[in-house]
Amino acid sequence: MRIIELNESITDSNDKDAEALRSLLKAQGTFLINIMSSPGSGKTTLLERLITDLKEKHKIGVMEADIASDVDALRIEKLGAAAIQAHTDGMCHMDAGMTQRALMAMDSKDLDLVFLENVGNLICPAEFDTGANANVMILSVPEGDDKPLKYPLMFEKSDALVITKTDTMSYFDFDLEKCKERVLRLNPHISIFPVSALTGEGMDALEEWIEKHM
Amino acid sequence: MHELGVVFKVIDNLKEVAAENGIEKIDKVKIGLGEVSTVIPEYLQDCFKWAKRKSPLVEDCDLEIETIPAVSYCEDCGKEYPTVEFAKICPSCHSEHTYLLRGNEFVIKEIEVP
Repeated sequence: MRIIELNESITDSNDKDAEALRSLLKAQGTFLINIMSSPGSGKTTLLERLITDLKEKHKIGVMEADIASDVDALRIEKLGAAAIQAHTDGMCHMDAGMTQRALMAMDSKDLDLVFLENVGNLICPAEFDTGANANVMILSVPEGDDKPLKYPLMFEKSDALVITKTDTMSYFDFDLEKCKERVLRLNPHISIFPVSALTGEGMDALEEWIEKHM
Repeated sequence: MHELGVVFKVIDNLKEVAAENGIEKIDKVKIGLGEVSTVIPEYLQDCFKWAKRKSPLVEDCDLEIETIPAVSYCEDCGKEYPTVEFAKICPSCHSEHTYLLRGNEFVIKEIEVP
């Protein structure tokens, strides 16, 4: 019997892949935004709005990562953006290798803005660097203002937080100021955008933020 | 579900190590798991048991999990304290200016081969 010492963190190889992907994206002039949230937070509706507003100025692509089905990719293609459906085959998150394969498959060279719609889940996607240039988290009003207390890591890892479905605020017990305070305590550098993709309220500021970082 | 993804990653890493070292069988893998790594040891064992059957390299491999205690540090009073018990608030001075020193690791520490 022989013992081999490894002391290898399982995220190490992913971190390397993620850095390599970021260099590649930079070289080809594509800005990749990783969007993370729980299921039903309004990711696809937000993307539909962003595509409609930005498609005149930018060539946009969307990678839909789901465990199964292609319903979201079909919604995106209807708007005229490039879309690819990545099936994670039971995995609860996208890692950098999977992201790179999906990007290559959709021929991303000609795209200047790509959104990765990560698997709907507030835990695992936060732990694996996808190689994206920016991490954006979505929290919808019906989910409640206490989510930062329950899933701190995702709020810590995100560059921006989009609070969606603000048009439903009057029906829910959601304290926007309290929520902001909780988020900023976890991550003082995060930008927060309350929006309604339905009415368009607040979308300007979010779109400005995206274009500033591209 | 997260545990399954992690298990696939571990097995992929083991396959790489095996290829580099000319290993055909692994008897045991020892993993260091931080207390606040969000991976649950029991689920990890179950997923590993299921996933190992798919690969001859690890089909007879045991998984040993070593827990790494989570420790936080308080920037205001300079003391360390156990994270799981007190979370973000320092038990000595009640400050919130604390951060995790260790305890979110997931490390493949060593393997045993015949």
